[in-house]
Amino acid sequence: MTAARPDRPKMFQPKMPANWWLKHPKYFLFMLRELSSVFIAIFLVVFLIQIAQLLRGPAAYKAFVQTLRAPGWIIFHIVAFLFALYHSITWFEAASKILVIRRGEHRVPPQDVVAVGFTAWGVVSFVILVLVLLLRS
Amino acid sequence: MPTKRMMEPFWWALFGAGGTVAALLVPIHLFLQGIAAPLGWVSINPTLFGHLLVKLYLFVLISLPLYHWAHRFRYTLYDLGVKGMRQPIAVLCYGIAVVGTIVTAWILWRG
Repeated sequence: MTAARPDRPKMFQPKMPANWWLKHPKYFLFMLRELSSVFIAIFLVVFLIQIAQLLRGPAAYKAFVQTLRAPGWIIFHIVAFLFALYHSITWFEAASKILVIRRGEHRVPPQDVVAVGFTAWGVVSFVILVLVLLLRS
Repeated sequence: MPTKRMMEPFWWALFGAGGTVAALLVPIHLFLQGIAAPLGWVSINPTLFGHLLVKLYLFVLISLPLYHWAHRFRYTLYDLGVKGMRQPIAVLCYGIAVVGTIVTAWILWRG
């Protein structure tokens, strides 16, 4: 065994300005995609708080739902919804490049993998929508 | 003791699972709970949340995307040039996700 190498050579440390992602539209879109995970996480924390209030009792739940009616929260959720859509689109497109699925000797074309992802997304969303509407109070 | 190199695939797997859960499930839930329900377009039945299957589903829906956030946020901070604090950033990001998982399980199972 040779001696353990350092994680990365120390000789060359490129310096990047902190605003590199503003210098090209593609870098900016990359940053938006990364940012989508923040909005999704905040939404899920709000959802968790909503569940906690629900389990505390009907009064606490009603008060929390009332809070979510505030224009600020509606705007937040609309923005978060757009970020979530952007995450889904970029996720399935990236997955088609990462997942190499073979049928016989040929690779299933990436656009087919994208189509499967988008179809699954549509079907799952529709099923959840129908379930929530059927079981509504 | 697990090394950094051994843990990396573990966090990446959770990132992949969380990103997939977020891509498939989060947009419709965001629309229903964040927009449609507060605006009065639908009313979500509160008794749904009492079922064990729904709780398991909510646990997956809420906990896994936290690891997707942790992984992306960690590398975004690296990309923004926060150098020299790589280890604390990684511990903080994944730590928040782990704590979030425990809190989610606690809230769902207590009720």
